[in-house]
Amino acid sequence: MSISVQNISKSFKDKTALKNISFEVKEGELFGLIGPDGAGKTTIFRILTTLLIADKGTATVAGFNVVEDYKNIRNHVGYMPGKFSLYQDLTVEENLTFFATIFGTTIEKNYDLIKDIYIQIEPFKKRRAGKLSGGMKQKLALCCALIHKPKVLFLDEPTTGVDPVSRKEFWEMLKRLQQKGITMLVSTPYMDEAALCDRIALIQDGRILQIDTPQEIIKHYPKNIYDVKADNMFKLIEFLNEYEYKYSVYPFGEFVHYTDKREDFNPKELYHFLEEMGAVNISIQPTKTTIEDTFMELAK
Amino acid sequence: MKGESVIKVENLTKTFGDFTAVNAITFEVKAGEIFGFLGANGAGKTTAMKMLIGISTPTSGSAQVAGFDVFTNPENIKKNIGYMSQKFALYDDLTVKENITFFGGIYGLSRSKIKEKRSELVAELGLGDIINELVGSLPLGWKQKLSFSVALLHSPKIVFLDEPTGGVDPITRRQFWEMIYKTANNGTTVFVTTHYMDEAEYCDRVSIMVDGKIEALDTPKKLKKQFKAESMNDVFLKLARSPIDN
Repeated sequence: MSISVQNISKSFKDKTALKNISFEVKEGELFGLIGPDGAGKTTIFRILTTLLIADKGTATVAGFNVVEDYKNIRNHVGYMPGKFSLYQDLTVEENLTFFATIFGTTIEKNYDLIKDIYIQIEPFKKRRAGKLSGGMKQKLALCCALIHKPKVLFLDEPTTGVDPVSRKEFWEMLKRLQQKGITMLVSTPYMDEAALCDRIALIQDGRILQIDTPQEIIKHYPKNIYDVKADNMFKLIEFLNEYEYKYSVYPFGEFVHYTDKREDFNPKELYHFLEEMGAVNISIQPTKTTIEDTFMELAK
Repeated sequence: MKGESVIKVENLTKTFGDFTAVNAITFEVKAGEIFGFLGANGAGKTTAMKMLIGISTPTSGSAQVAGFDVFTNPENIKKNIGYMSQKFALYDDLTVKENITFFGGIYGLSRSKIKEKRSELVAELGLGDIINELVGSLPLGWKQKLSFSVALLHSPKIVFLDEPTGGVDPITRRQFWEMIYKTANNGTTVFVTTHYMDEAEYCDRVSIMVDGKIEALDTPKKLKKQFKAESMNDVFLKLARSPIDN
């Protein structure tokens, strides 16, 4: 196991951040912590990177205990915090050299690991980090976290507030790093990114709701979901919420995801109900479950 | 969408030194419309929005917001719009009740009006139990819903929302959008930015900014047709490929 977390709890004053959390990440795995702000994701990262001590439970990273062997862990992990934490007044090149030196290595020695990412920011290597755009800052931070060739890479919300194009590219970079044998623990509030991980833990309010592969998590969803559509979205949601047999009603892009309380649900009945309520251009089609559906069901 | 235009923008431009952040954008937004303002990071969305809410003077072009000119009358714009910033801007050290009262006062509402509005909000958002809690102790989802409501306290004609749902859990995100629908249904125009492409589908019309220019503007349905895309996410990926910041 590359990361092993057992029965970890952590409170801050009277606020419980983590309640008895356990999970394991295999070597070379890309493992996702999926959950909204305040779920406890950052606290997990801080405990595993030895910056915070848990109240209860134990954890190991790359074979080292997070409390007793914290110094060894620091040499073997890379950490990209959610908040940009490089030196704003140093240039791109200076930041990278600084991190390499701290870890007793050089840029040249591990260049192959960061090459793909670094060549994209190399044209700006004389620019101060504080003057970079969001996307470039993120790439530099990733390079700095990788420069000592860590065994395990921790990425805390690397794509929050990042537009869909840059998010897609960032995940492609992570996939390439995975092929180089680096174990990764990554957190995200974007449910669509869950599908890109090998396994995920859905987390909310300091508790793990479920751990499995994205495919298995979707399979365990208990209901059949229907895409419902009509001309006025606002009215459609109102009508569906008034329907006596509704189980859940959630807008999903251009459709509303609808599930019914009954085992023998007949879409035609719903169609007639909506028609009577005055909905226009109604369509009701079975659809695939997503991670987001599952998350909402578990978090209810 | 019927009704008059409440936002009219023509060739609006903002430059910083030799950098053109917003490059001659032109569009109109109608009363009661939900208008999605999309773009990659650094495309110029925030700069454009700052000009529209009257806190940044454009370099050239023209814009009227809620009937007032951004050059000559920015103070009146501020009085007639609501704005919810990307960054949480209520007072963490004040209670829910105190925040509502404070912002009501700032917007110039009378004591009786503030009281009336406060009761309305408490009922609508179910704030009864937390009215005397410090805002700082609330979960993010609550904070965002409260911020939105505070931005609507003075019944503005238009409300500007800058990434209101970033990092919010999926259930609260949807409750937030139900609030947006309700607001628009009551006739208030909603101008919203987001990085969630499923939310782009909820808008009546969507504009996509790339490198300071509006490269596409239409209903989500027509944009998908125009770009032969399955979803707004595909439309965005096809368009927003920025050559500078990658």
